[in-house]
Amino acid sequence: MLELRFHGRGGQGTVLAAKMLADVVLRSGKGECMAIPEFGVERRGAPVLAYARISDGPILLRTRIYEPDVVVVMDTAAAPSERVMDGLKPGGTILVNTEHDSAELAKTWPGFKVIAVPARQIALKHGLGTPAAPVLNTAVIGALCAALDIAGEEDLEAAIRGAVPIKIEENIAAALEAFAFIAERRPHAATRV
Amino acid sequence: MPRLAFDPEKTAPILISGRSMAENKTGIWRSIRPQIDKEKCTHCMVCWKYCPEACVDIASGIPEINMGYCKGCAICADVCPADCVEMVEEVAR
Amino acid sequence: MRKVLMGNHAAAVGVKLARTDVVSAYPITPQTQIIEMLNDLGESGQFTGRFIKVESEHSAMAACLGSATVGARSFTATSSQGLAYMHEMLHWVSGARLPIVMVDVNRAMGAPWILWTDQTDSLSQRDTGWMQFYCSSNQEILDSVLMAYRVAEQVLIPAMVVYDGFTLSHTYEPVDVPDQKLVDEFLPKLENAYALRPDTAEAFSALPSPKEYYRLKARLDHDMTRALGVFEEAGKRFEEIFGRRYRLIEPYRCEDADTILVVSGAPASTAQAAVDDLRKQGCRAGLLKMRAFRPFPAEALRDFVRPGTRLAVVDRNYSQGHHGIFCEEIKSALFPLKSRPEVYGFIAGLGGGDITPELLKEIWKEADEGRADASTANWMEDAR
Repeated sequence: MLELRFHGRGGQGTVLAAKMLADVVLRSGKGECMAIPEFGVERRGAPVLAYARISDGPILLRTRIYEPDVVVVMDTAAAPSERVMDGLKPGGTILVNTEHDSAELAKTWPGFKVIAVPARQIALKHGLGTPAAPVLNTAVIGALCAALDIAGEEDLEAAIRGAVPIKIEENIAAALEAFAFIAERRPHAATRV
Repeated sequence: MPRLAFDPEKTAPILISGRSMAENKTGIWRSIRPQIDKEKCTHCMVCWKYCPEACVDIASGIPEINMGYCKGCAICADVCPADCVEMVEEVAR
Repeated sequence: MRKVLMGNHAAAVGVKLARTDVVSAYPITPQTQIIEMLNDLGESGQFTGRFIKVESEHSAMAACLGSATVGARSFTATSSQGLAYMHEMLHWVSGARLPIVMVDVNRAMGAPWILWTDQTDSLSQRDTGWMQFYCSSNQEILDSVLMAYRVAEQVLIPAMVVYDGFTLSHTYEPVDVPDQKLVDEFLPKLENAYALRPDTAEAFSALPSPKEYYRLKARLDHDMTRALGVFEEAGKRFEEIFGRRYRLIEPYRCEDADTILVVSGAPASTAQAAVDDLRKQGCRAGLLKMRAFRPFPAEALRDFVRPGTRLAVVDRNYSQGHHGIFCEEIKSALFPLKSRPEVYGFIAGLGGGDITPELLKEIWKEADEGRADASTANWMEDAR
């Protein structure tokens, strides 16, 4: 079983990102999946958490995830670096939305695989959200699919087509661009320190 | 003492009376009755609107209260802007 | 077809597939998305039931009472304080024998102000004459709405489909959405012989004599008990059509178990994983999942237990000054047995605290080693 934790802000589509991941897993036939919001009062701009589980077999656990294999940072400002590492399994993966380089970021989180993806830049390029409030869930899911080998481009595209209500083509383009960004760099991206 | 003797399958699950509730003339509960001063009435229909029993008939323009159901609650007297409803003691029936 | 659905949407899809005629509800977290989705489905023409807007939960149940009285398949949903506000109407609806189905998304009772799950809201309505079925997954939510209508309409008793707020209501997972044709086969159109006919003068539930009242209540109890068999029959039929089987109580790896966790709702799913772990460690652990709370499956429980086994009952609810509510009911069901298993009661996860596999394993061990106190409620938490 693969367990993921998402760090984001209210309004960024953090929960929707986890749900979209579940959609992609179901569509690609790669096993079972579950997306869990951290339960609370939703407020725009406040830090929010979401979780996802992916497994070959049935998923029985219905709890928060305390020791994730993967942490996804949608907004570095919403997640101080120590909170990102909280409970993360040794050697676990941190996928960060950032314009910085993976190798540079790896110094912040020694002992983990750090993968950088400029999801914000990609989202804005495709007209998703505004600079103050970019909508980056589709770009992040694209990057995750490539980084964790969850699904190929076809399943990714189909899942997003079924999941987003507006700007469908733009969202697909953003997801595929982020997918390609990681796929190209994969041998180098997983910088294990 | 005997136990409850009944066949559940032969007992109806709910109570349905073949008689309409309209036959239940609840006006007999009344101890005071409204009397309308038809001269003072302005036909504003406020009594019709407020009557909790919906027993004010305004078809003729002047309110007629159906004494079969009026319980003498005096809401019509209380809300009448023209002050034309007076509550009087119900005489023995 | 399998679709990723949150628990609340699984409920709404079930209501739509049941071809529900009337929905009336008032919003309250964590239930609101059920009603929002039904409204959306109504707007797009996929759901043709009438929606009655109201100003409170009390009125929502009153509206359903009216629609069910004329024979319309009726639905409402609520949580916590909203359910408490319906209380007097719940008695009226069961007394009037109206097969309304309601979802209660478990949310703890205030004060203090609380959003998260526990079962004290639904279990507080124990004596209102409603059936209560508890769900452990989003699939069970959808399926339970269909099962609840079938059972409710056969015995003319309203039914509550109950599941954990957020843990199920807001969690997404794949749900098999059955074909409408198959649902129609399982759940035919409601034909209520006692429905009000507008062209006939009839008075419903008017003042009876004490004797009549006493017999009506005895009849309700008779039918409530009959519902146990009707539920099992519906479970068999459901399996024939949809391939999934539901029972009043569902044992898991209990054959040779020394100590059995007894759990309801979403934690019953987590408990399966905990039992698997314990088995790997060589412990003879089992799980009994409680799906029905009313009618209480006392006979099934007595048939299931063996002397010498221990039961560790996990209650995400509490009756102040006594015990967890499932624990009380289980003890009372087992009392007529000459040789009874030991029953330990544990309180966990009130107000939404996580009931983790680690916590469940610890509970199991406390009971298995006899460290827990059998005479009182044992309060347990996962400190994380």
